Order: sequence, then structure tokens, then C-alpha cells
Amino acid sequence: MKAFLAAAATEDIGEPALNIAIFAVFVVITLLIVLRASRTSRTATQYYAASRAFDGRQNGVAISGDYLSAASFLGIAGAIAIYGYDGFLYSIGFLVAWLVALLLVAELLRNTGRFTLADVLSFRLRNTPVRTAAAISTLCVSFFYLLAQMAGAGGLVNLLLGVEGSTGQNITIAIVGILMIVYVMVGGMKGTTWVQIIKAILLIAGAALMTVWVLAQEGFNLSALLGDAAANAPKGEAVLEPMLQYGLNDTSKINFISLALALVLGTAGLPHVLMRFYTVPSSKEARRSVVWAIWVIGIFYLFTLVLGYGAMKLVGPERILAAPGKQNSAAPLLAYELGGTLLLGIIAAVAFATILAVVAGLTIAASASFAHDVYSHVIKKGQMNADDEVRVARRTAIVIGAVAILGGIFAKDQNIAFLVALAFAVAASANLPTILYSLFWRRFNTRGALWSIYGGLISAIFLIVFSPTVSGKVGPDGASLSMIKDTSIDFHWFPLENPGIISIPLAFFLGWLGTVTSREPVDATRFAEMEVRSLTGAGAEKAVQH
Amino acid sequence: MSTTPTRPSGGSTYEEVQSSAEFTELRRRFRRFVFPMTALFLAWYFLYVILAAYATDFMATKVLGNINVGIIFGLLQFVSTFAITMIYARWADREFDPTAERLRDHIEAGEVQ
Repeated sequence: MKAFLAAAATEDIGEPALNIAIFAVFVVITLLIVLRASRTSRTATQYYAASRAFDGRQNGVAISGDYLSAASFLGIAGAIAIYGYDGFLYSIGFLVAWLVALLLVAELLRNTGRFTLADVLSFRLRNTPVRTAAAISTLCVSFFYLLAQMAGAGGLVNLLLGVEGSTGQNITIAIVGILMIVYVMVGGMKGTTWVQIIKAILLIAGAALMTVWVLAQEGFNLSALLGDAAANAPKGEAVLEPMLQYGLNDTSKINFISLALALVLGTAGLPHVLMRFYTVPSSKEARRSVVWAIWVIGIFYLFTLVLGYGAMKLVGPERILAAPGKQNSAAPLLAYELGGTLLLGIIAAVAFATILAVVAGLTIAASASFAHDVYSHVIKKGQMNADDEVRVARRTAIVIGAVAILGGIFAKDQNIAFLVALAFAVAASANLPTILYSLFWRRFNTRGALWSIYGGLISAIFLIVFSPTVSGKVGPDGASLSMIKDTSIDFHWFPLENPGIISIPLAFFLGWLGTVTSREPVDATRFAEMEVRSLTGAGAEKAVQH
Repeated sequence: MSTTPTRPSGGSTYEEVQSSAEFTELRRRFRRFVFPMTALFLAWYFLYVILAAYATDFMATKVLGNINVGIIFGLLQFVSTFAITMIYARWADREFDPTAERLRDHIEAGEVQ
């Protein structure tokens, strides 16, 4: 009760019952769609790749749904509302990254793989060790990303659903986890894809509505919006210039460059994004998917620029930071300021739909990697029929769901931004170098792949553990800004919060070094097959007709 | 390897296709497009990142009302990303796909010389 009064005193948060009702409508509609999809989720190709029957436009929208996580929507809008320009820098890294996927990865991957990233990486190298390594890095990236989303769900509950206290948050995290298990188990990739598509459309529509609303108040003059926003910020015009957040000193600037590197190279190594390329019938449709995704994601980030400065102008950085959920509450508070209880309810429901859909996408990628790579290929040595593999994948989804619920409950008070940054840094270090080497470098061999994957994975995690994100970062008010809240525990010696600037070049170097020091002969036959298939699409997996 | 590779049904193997003139030309054209383009957008992105980090005064120069160089450069990153996407998709549809498809049909029919 006391907590409730405190919340009511600091921020009027609209009508929780309405927020929950709108969210419930989304859940019911998507569950019906998932149930329909369950009729065609039996075989491995149906379950993992939705029979490869989505077209490029549908898949492109679904990719946007997978990619525009709560960190994108609430995080970037919030970062712009508080720090101004530096939040915008984030969104640019997230967008430009898609060109790596478009030009170098999407089509070639679609032509050479079946279901998972490991399919491609182990194509012409020794199957068991490379597949194991690729599966481990897939599971690590998915786990960090999943934790961030689940923790975000817990943090949002305070603000959006009026749920107070630890128990209420835990229950919400459990509900999100259970819904996600149902989506993935019942609907497979097809059901998950439709959830992504619906969520992406709702998210874009909601953001577009608010963007037009904010701009209309300024007579569609961006300069006027920027001026009014800066006038309402304690830092004044500095919010229109870079380095308000990252410009403290040389270390923080190098940290920013490290982050920029991880963002631009991480996307094309995210397993849940890569897996989406297998849901279309051909590499041409994979290309169309990325083209659609780039347009949708780019336009969305342009909206967040307006929303962020709009929240700065209409709500103000101080009120945002005082609200429960802090930075993440900028977009919901802006919605409340503009359209009152109803718009807040819609945006709140969209934010929850976002978390739910991203979590489902991560779960299917992780469970596919475990069932297809680890269980079927490594443990059972490929002597397993596809039906059993799908059964294992469904059970794995339950386990991953349970782990995500427990992890989310454990991590709910943590600073979640670093988990997303860590996922991108690991994806860029452990996955991307090996993907590029296997596709483009004839001499690349098993030792190169293993050194690159394990080297990138271990160095990224190792550096994070000894970075200020885990221990020893103290804010100006004396409170800890690290994962470990006890300020007397400080074992950090690595100055940067993001390891990318070290771990990414290291992984590329180790891939080269491992290759040139190994005497393993090049499998010329398999390389010829891989190269010819990747470029021409000959022998690529086709769509399945029902 | 559990994936059963689809063997070209005729006499030619993937190795023969790989060394054929038609395929070498296709690979050369693909690489000549995507590698310089990748270098270009990465260079432009990192130029922008480094300007944001170390040339803050330049980025803060006002151009139009409250719109400064930083905002314009940021928006130009969006423009260049959209432009490269469209240029690539057009190139791939018109220049790359017809050759790749012809080669694929030949491979699947076993007719590569």
C-alpha cells in the first residue's frame, strides 16, 4: 500500500485494468493464430522453418518484429529523451548493421544451410567439433538476449500494469515465460512468425501515430521540436550534440567506439535473426526479406528520434528518471501525455507484445540449435529421425522457458542494457568472423573456426566479467551502477564496458592464426559444393507444399 | 554430414562447375560489387562514429535553425543505408540473378561445360 501511494504520488500511470485488457486481446488473437499454425508444425522443416513458405515481405516484417525488441522501442526512445543525440547514435548502429546481413550473409546462408547457423559453419569443416562450438555460441547469445528481455518485462510491470512489489513482478515474468513456451511449442516457427508480424505492425502503427502527433504540435518542423526539447532539458542545447552520455573522457569515448563496432557487426551474427532466412523459399526471397526489414527498421528508428525528443519536450528528463522504470518509461509517459489513458494502454500492450514476441523468437532459435545441432548431430551422430528431433526441440523449449523465467526473476533488478550489448558483442566476436571466413576464404579450416568461435566467445565474456559493468562502477551519488550492487566489491581491471573493440579483432585474428597453423587439408569437394551452392542456389532447400 | 547434398545429376561435379568460366565470372562480379560496397558503408559509418566522438564542435555546428551537422550526418546514414539497399537489390535482380539462375538450371540439368 505504501509503495502504491508512493507511485501514485510520483506519477499517474493511467488505468492498469485497461492496459491489461488490451494486452489480453493481443494474447487471445495471437493464441488463436498459433493454434491454427499448429496443424502444420509436425515435421522438422515445418517446425523450424515454417515449411519455408513465407514470402520476402512477410518475413521482412517478421524480422523487424524479432529485431525491434523492448530495448529498441523503449530503450532508444528513452535514451534520446534523457541523453539526446547519443541515443540516436545507438539506433544508427542497429540499422547500418543490416547492410552486412544484406550484402554478405543472408542469401549465401539461405543457400547453404537448412535450419541453424551451425549447418553453414560445419558445411565443409569437421562436423562434430564445429557444430558443437557454433551451438554453444548460439545458446550463449540467445541466453544473454533472453535474460535482458525477461528482466525488462519485470521492470516494466511497475509502470505499465500497476503491479507492485517483487511477487507481482515475478508472477508477470512467469506469465510471459509460460505464454512464450505455448507459442513456440504449439505454433513452431510458423506460429512464432505470425506473432512477430502482428506485433511489428502494431508497434509501427503505434509509433507512427505518436510521431505524427508530436510533429503536428510543432507544425511538422523538426527544428522547432529540437528547440523545444532542448529548452525543457537541464543540459540545454547539449542534448542536440553528441557525447553527452559517452563524452566524459577518453575511456568513455573508446567505450563508445567499441559499442559502435559491436552493434554494426553483431546483427549479422544473431542466431534468431539468421534462422529467419530459412523460412522463405529461396535466396531471392531472403534478399527481399532484408530489404523489407531495412525499410521497416529504418523508418521505425526515425520515429524513435521524434518520440525521444518529443518525450524530452512534453515529459522532461527529470520526470522520466523519477518514474518507475526510469529511462524505459519515456515512451509510455509520452503516450499518456498525448493520448491519455487509452493511448497509454495501447502502447503498454504493444511494449508487452514486443517482449513476448522477441522472447518467442529467441526460444525457437535456441531450442532448434539444441535439438538439431547438439542432440541430433553431436549426441546421436545424425542417427535420429526428424520427428524425434522435433519432439526434443519442443521439450527444449520448455526447459529454455523455465531457465528464462528463473533468470528473469533473478535479473529483474539488474541493469539490463549491458546484457543486450553483451549479446551483440558475443555475436559479433564468436559468430560473424567464422561465418565470413567459411563463406569467402577457401583455406579456412576446423582449427580456425574453433579458435575464432571459442576465442571470441571466451574473450568477450571474460572481458565483461572484469569490466565496470559487473563491478566497481560508482555513480556521482555514490550508488553502484554495476551488476554487483555492493560497492566494496570491485574486481574490475578492464576499463571498457563493451569488449567488442578487443574481442572482435581478436576473433578475426584467431580465425586466421588457427587456419594457417593447422595442417588439415582443404576439403576441395565440399568447398566447391559450398561455393557453387551459395552463389547459384543450386541444391538449396526448397519450400514444402502442403 | 547428415544433409544429403544434391549431386548435379549429369556428369559434371561441383568442382567442375566451380572452375568453369561462367561460374568464375559470376563470383568475380558478385565480389566486385559487394566487397567495395561493404568497405564504403563501413568507412562512412566509422567516419561518422569518430566524428561524433572526437569532433563534437564540428557536429554541433548549426545549419538550419536547431538542426546541426550531427543531426544531418545521422540522417544521411539513414539515406545511405536505404540507397545502398535499393542499389544492391536492383543490381542483384537485374545483373546477378539471371546468370545465377541460368547456371543453377544448368547444374541441376547436368549441362555445365
